Amino acid sequence: MSHAAGPAAVHHGAPTGFIRKYIFSMDHKVIGIQYWFLALAAVFVGMALSLYMRLRLAWPNDHFPLVAGEGPMTPETYLSLLTMHGTIMVFFVLTTAPQGGFGNSFLPIQIGAADMAFPFLNMMSFWITLLAFGVIIAAFFVTGGAPLGGWTGYPPLSALRSVPGQERGMDLWIISIALFCVAALLGALNFIATTIDLRTKGMTFMRMPLTCWAWFITAILGLLAFGVLLAGGILLLMDRIAGTSFFIPGGLVVNEQVVSHKGGSPLLWQHLFWFFGHPEVYIAILPGMGATSQILSTFARKPIFGYRAMVYAISGIGVLGFLVWGHHMFISGMSPYSAIAFSVLTLSIGVPSAIKTFNWIGTMWKGNIRFDSPMLYAIGFVSLFVSGGLSGIFLGQPSLDLYLHDTYFVVAHFHLVMGVAAIFGMFAGTVFWFPKMFGRMMSEGLSKLHFWITFLGVYAIFMPMHYIGIAGHMRRYADTSGVDYLQPMQPVHVFISIAAIITISAQLIFVLNVFWSMFRGKKASMNPWECTTLEWTVPSPPPHDNFGGKFPVVYHGPYEYSVPGAAKDYIMQDSPEKGAHA
Amino acid sequence: MSEIVTRHQPQIGPGGGGGGLPGEGYGDFGRGDGFPPGHARRVYRTGMYLALVGISMLFMAFTSAYIVRSGLGDDWAATTLPSLLWWNTAILLCSSFTMEQTRATLARGLRSASNGWITATAVLGTLFLVGQILAWRELASHGIFVATNPSSSFFYLLTGAHGVHLAGGLIALYYITLEAWRYRLGPAKRTLVEVTAIYWHFMDGLWIYILMLLWWWR
Repeated sequence: MSHAAGPAAVHHGAPTGFIRKYIFSMDHKVIGIQYWFLALAAVFVGMALSLYMRLRLAWPNDHFPLVAGEGPMTPETYLSLLTMHGTIMVFFVLTTAPQGGFGNSFLPIQIGAADMAFPFLNMMSFWITLLAFGVIIAAFFVTGGAPLGGWTGYPPLSALRSVPGQERGMDLWIISIALFCVAALLGALNFIATTIDLRTKGMTFMRMPLTCWAWFITAILGLLAFGVLLAGGILLLMDRIAGTSFFIPGGLVVNEQVVSHKGGSPLLWQHLFWFFGHPEVYIAILPGMGATSQILSTFARKPIFGYRAMVYAISGIGVLGFLVWGHHMFISGMSPYSAIAFSVLTLSIGVPSAIKTFNWIGTMWKGNIRFDSPMLYAIGFVSLFVSGGLSGIFLGQPSLDLYLHDTYFVVAHFHLVMGVAAIFGMFAGTVFWFPKMFGRMMSEGLSKLHFWITFLGVYAIFMPMHYIGIAGHMRRYADTSGVDYLQPMQPVHVFISIAAIITISAQLIFVLNVFWSMFRGKKASMNPWECTTLEWTVPSPPPHDNFGGKFPVVYHGPYEYSVPGAAKDYIMQDSPEKGAHA
Repeated sequence: MSEIVTRHQPQIGPGGGGGGLPGEGYGDFGRGDGFPPGHARRVYRTGMYLALVGISMLFMAFTSAYIVRSGLGDDWAATTLPSLLWWNTAILLCSSFTMEQTRATLARGLRSASNGWITATAVLGTLFLVGQILAWRELASHGIFVATNPSSSFFYLLTGAHGVHLAGGLIALYYITLEAWRYRLGPAKRTLVEVTAIYWHFMDGLWIYILMLLWWWR
């Protein structure tokens, strides 16, 4: 790095101490790995909670250790597990790993920058997110226990103190979400500024890999959405501790006493929450779409089908995402006219979604597909996204939603399309980028074993939920033993729970694979997947400032595979070699 | 590897642009031209504008809650704004003016004049915040607290949220003032002055907006 005098020396140099290098690091790659591990820890907490819920649903009368002392789990405990499962999964897994983890790790390298625009802010984002995670976990251990208002925190339940489970735990829930919002806003700002200002020479917007487009649009959604949730959280906290009445209606009787609040509107919270909540769905899924596009093109050895259409579709989904929050509130008693407007807008999201899906299929069509594990996970993503997305067309219609909204049909829908699909995006990203993150390859055999068990497992878990939902099985209930018409569905619950136990156990294969490969895996070459984007032009793992004080110049779009007349079947983005697809 | 742009090539332009808008002076690169991060003034401006977008969304959400809540229930009793607020507004407007003077004098290299203007800005900013707290105390002395009625809840919420954001700007102003009197506002720190000025004017505008909301939509 003798030539790196001058401006390079002004930029933060490579830290030498352990703490600055691995703990309070400002290197985007380390921060990305930190986010990734945070999400890994969070997903296991979230999964353990869902395991307990499944046990309760399948075997309602049995006693399970660790929760709720003696006897069967109480409905309150069940609801607190449900609340914490949703909150931890949505915020600390689905929002953390795809954007904070992979985005941090690879956005700067893929656009040819040495780091994010604001490395210190980047470090702060991670540590505030970690603090928020600590606060939400603390909610389990305070007086009154974890909150039970659902991840949506609907008032009046969430706004009142005198309800079981809604004491300190609920305060901590709000504080945790508020902290998370602040961290997410800082992160979003950083991502957008990086994408706009730090692209290297030749890296025009229309030469950015689709992963970068997805992270960019996701960051814009985050910047616009998290401030609104923060505002809602502040109002809710004021209702709880300052005695205001933003969300609490008058005349409410709790524990045989009329509450002193009056005049507020629970619907106001729902509007604020879902104005954030719907874009949040896309914050979770867009990075997965980006990774899927990248992987499908690489492993089919074909340019992505319709690059521009993909960019417009991502942007279109982003815009529409802000116009459809009302479809979460069809049963709130809204005017049928607004419901129709929200419905039409909601169904129109099917257009960009279908563009993406057909383009993915078009990319694979007649390609020389390499069925390596990243490809399997990416195909799994497409499959789950389609399966989960189709039920959205049913739910987007107010007349059907009135019946289905509080049933397992919705549980099946959002778990497939937002939860599991996004998780498969993360699996794909992990296997694909693992060599670049840790310098070693993951075990192909273990990855494939994990893929097949998980892929079949999640379908076994969530497909039957559609049927019991259509049959009228309500969600959120711990105990339906007194309801006659639900009794024939109990064997389905047992089936789902057994599938869940197997699938959850299979995740240990993934963890084993990660840790084994991190230390014992095959050493990775610079470009093991023969991919064209810039992160594959630097060593695995890349040096501190990515390009060793030099900056690449980009000549090509990101997906130049099987170019006629080219020396190899792909052309790197920074290769001056002539020849490209039109 | 292919052609590369090394860092010791003069990527940061001739320098000495002197406080102009993007498009002038140093750091003037086409986007996607390739330069090391942390050196372009543009990235700080971009970051600041994005921060303002985020803050705007927070206050947009408060505004929509304010408007919706004011139309609900029969417990809305308009809060009489303390007359002190108008004085505070005048002070804040003055501070925006002095901030502009700071920028202008600094750009022309009139260091001691700019030191005076930045000090005035910091003092006026502090006065505004003190004035806001006095306005709160005045309301409280009339028995109007946060939970008294929804209108007063929003009064305290909006002024408080604005105050917190403004206090962040004040911290930056204090730091700049300190550096100014040590004559350390070299070209590298000009960017800090510029983005602080952007933020400060935004806080000014945001306050006018909040005042108008509280005044017209009682």
